[in-house]
Amino acid sequence: MTLIRKNFDVLIIGAGGAGLNAAVQLAGADLRVAVVSKVFPTRSHTVAAQGGVNAALGNVDEDKWHWHMFDTVKGSDYLGDQDAIEFMCREAIPTVYELEHNGVPFSRLDNGRIYQRPFGGQSRHFGKEQATRTCAAADRTGHAILHTLYQQNLKARSHFFTEYFAIDLLQDQEGGVTGALVMDISSGEPMVLNARATLLATGGCGQVFRTTSNAHINTGDGMAMALRAGVPLQDMEFFQFHPTGVAGRGMLITEASRGEGGYLINKEGERFMERYAPSAKDLASRDVVARAIVTEVREGRGCGPNGDHVLLKVDHLGEETVARRLPGIRETSKIFVGIDPAFEPIPVYPTAHYVMGGIPSDRFGRVVAPARHGPEEVVPGLYAAGECACVSVHGANRLGGNSLLDILVFGRLSGLDILDYLEEHPRHGQTDSASEEKAMARFQRFDREGDGIPVAELRAELQKVMEDHAGVFRTEEIMQEGLDRMRSIRDRLDEVRLKDRSRTFNTARVEAFELENLVDVGLSIVTSALHRQESRGAHSRPDFPERDDRNWMRHSLYFLEDDRLDYKPVRTRPLSVDSFPPKERVY
Amino acid sequence: MHFEVYRYNPDTDAEPTMQAFDVEVERGMMLRDVLLQIKEKDESFAFRHSCGEGVCGSDGVNVNGSNHLACITPVAEFREPVVIRPFPGRPVIRDLVVDMSDFYAQYQAVDPWLKRKDPVPEQESLQTPEQRARLDGLWECIMCGCCSTSCPSFWWNPDKFLGPQALLTAWRFLADSRDQGGEERLDALDGPYKLFRCHTIMNCVEACPKHLNPTEAIGHIRNLMLKKSV
Ligand SMILES: Cc1cc2nc3c(=O)[nH]c(=O)nc-3n(C[C@H](O)[C@H](O)[C@H](O)COP(=O)(O)OP(=O)(O)OC[C@H]3O[C@@H](n4cnc5c(N)ncnc54)[C@H](O)[C@@H]3O)c2cc1C
Ligand code: SF4
Ligand code: SF4
Ligand code: FES
Repeated sequence: MTLIRKNFDVLIIGAGGAGLNAAVQLAGADLRVAVVSKVFPTRSHTVAAQGGVNAALGNVDEDKWHWHMFDTVKGSDYLGDQDAIEFMCREAIPTVYELEHNGVPFSRLDNGRIYQRPFGGQSRHFGKEQATRTCAAADRTGHAILHTLYQQNLKARSHFFTEYFAIDLLQDQEGGVTGALVMDISSGEPMVLNARATLLATGGCGQVFRTTSNAHINTGDGMAMALRAGVPLQDMEFFQFHPTGVAGRGMLITEASRGEGGYLINKEGERFMERYAPSAKDLASRDVVARAIVTEVREGRGCGPNGDHVLLKVDHLGEETVARRLPGIRETSKIFVGIDPAFEPIPVYPTAHYVMGGIPSDRFGRVVAPARHGPEEVVPGLYAAGECACVSVHGANRLGGNSLLDILVFGRLSGLDILDYLEEHPRHGQTDSASEEKAMARFQRFDREGDGIPVAELRAELQKVMEDHAGVFRTEEIMQEGLDRMRSIRDRLDEVRLKDRSRTFNTARVEAFELENLVDVGLSIVTSALHRQESRGAHSRPDFPERDDRNWMRHSLYFLEDDRLDYKPVRTRPLSVDSFPPKERVY
Repeated sequence: MHFEVYRYNPDTDAEPTMQAFDVEVERGMMLRDVLLQIKEKDESFAFRHSCGEGVCGSDGVNVNGSNHLACITPVAEFREPVVIRPFPGRPVIRDLVVDMSDFYAQYQAVDPWLKRKDPVPEQESLQTPEQRARLDGLWECIMCGCCSTSCPSFWWNPDKFLGPQALLTAWRFLADSRDQGGEERLDALDGPYKLFRCHTIMNCVEACPKHLNPTEAIGHIRNLMLKKSV
């Protein structure tokens, strides 16, 4: 077999919001850009985002990016880097205008401006009254944005490798990234894509959990590729459980349903969030609401014959509001629960939703890792943006509407910074043959014959272990057991065998590669979680119930080699305004 | 329930075959759940899917002769045996996976992006809620292809007739108060094939899992063209 090789200036892995917004920035320059995606671009999971994207446009009430920044820092439980947060909240405003100019069909206010709705954790005047900041296209904002960005890429004639699966990064002898080994899914053939700069924009990893709002394809591939290239993952213990997944199924009921005036009740009909968050109530931050729901159910106040969920009411808003503002979740509830939320409450329970951690990057999208001169040395040729990256703007807990913002702002910045990088690095790096051999070995791993463990079986076990041992509440004992089980799963990976080793569109092979990635990412989550002995944001430990700023206001870094952990300080100095010092977080 | 599934792997099979499976169907089960169970029994079975909630548009298939999006189609409503085939009229890559290149090319052919001639304002361009409401029923298209692959005119002329999905998209931009490409869009649709091969058979409307109405969109474009020609 002769390996096909192609040269590009830039390789973008991932065609979700982050990857596509980066590609748009590069379109005007006279460059060869390859965009690789394992699914057709508009099938990327950005399409599923419902509620909206935050920007202090002030279309409904007076608003300021500085207030947005405060909310994001507080929401992060003071683990977010304040320079990156300031940058994101300022950039939010031009970013949303640019989306509108490019065609996103935002919903509109009577005066013709972009419709904005209230979302959790958003305030005015640094923590006072509720803000109305989340820009929305009904409750299908992600769809609207992703399709528009794809359209802009068609206009720009970006070069897509659709249904190509990235296997591993390729590196030179110093560890600089020189491209990637990919597989054409439809023919099963490998291909080397060399590039002067490579951007990982591969999205989240929600499939490590059994009940999740994330699609089948969200398997943390880019994160695992980074790990295998020696790059650590940052803050992986922080995984967001969205409070309102469809009970028992996991698909999302957007926070916009509460933003539009919906609220949660337990079996006594009590509006229980009033007890947990007296002022913000149902619009408290997600970690707070998720814990409240789990507590209600554990203490016997859950609804349904098994008392295993709570109810979300939007029926008091009237059929017209539900039809106009929440058509997507109305459809989802009708199809999957068999109820019409305009007339009946929706059974909900927390669902695994979003990974705050990821590949450590700076606000230009450059991947940074500890090296000789400090904890944040740039890895030459490698960028990361979107949910797979950790800038870190979300810290220990992400606010609703801030992820679409993150992927767009930092996707864009990566694209722009790559232009500068290419000026300074006119030549392709030299791929180390050992690196290519390693990637090829991984590619051939599942060609081995014989009987063994089926992929689906090990994946189901992994998802169950992660759900039971790294969920909303975590103790030392539970997590230690989880870690042991995850290590046993890793050992058994070697026994996985494919029955079907054919080439053409072999989805079993793709799923085997994805399983490997899930195992590495899962281990990064439990390992980092076990060691963080405090409760902060989404990481909630009954055995260490307090936040401990003295010892733990720092980012964790997990390395694949020896499951090693390292730490680095939080960047508490913003770019132009004063730092927000840590305070107790009440809503 | 009893299922018959189209199987074809070009690496190993000379001809496509139908394979029978019995799957225990529980209440509320969707067609995608059945496909996943079949894959658990036989990992060599290939089909596309991702979101599981009808938003990504990956898993369109043909069931008992009509097109459906597997993840939001309850199986209980089908007559047995439930015959599952790839989209009609498309080249089969493997099992239920078809080559949709023509379909995507048709989409691309209508310049599916907002065209503006005036410089953009510093803030958002304004649009009233009424103007915006004209886009409802258009912008929600998930490009699943259920419509175009059930359209007889598209089967016969996939290279010339644009098909319902692309035409719905064309109307999505023509109907947008912000778009300034109207003239050239209409000119590009002129001729006997691109638009006018639609014989209002309405298969597309029936097939659309998002309850969109390409036929109506096509009607709107026709009216615009008529107005333009007088
Ligand atoms: C149901 C749901 C609702 C949400 N609602 C909101 C909301 O209202 N507001 C908000 O701000 N955020 C929301 N989020 C979060 C937000 O949508 C995501 O974090 C964000 O869209 C991720 O974008 P991305 O570009 O990083 O990745 P994705 O859109 O997931 O794209 C990843 C891309 O990488 C490609 N890829 C991955 N692995 C490989 C590989 N090995 N080889 C080749 N290609 C690969 C994929 O094909 C895909 O193109 C929601 C999330 C979910 C799940
Ligand atoms: S109405 Fe037109 S587009 Fe729709 S199926 Fe019939 S011929 Fe095709
Ligand atoms: S119009 Fe409907 S059937 Fe056709 S591609 Fe769009 S969503 Fe699918
Ligand atoms: S799996 Fe996404 S639409 Fe069915």
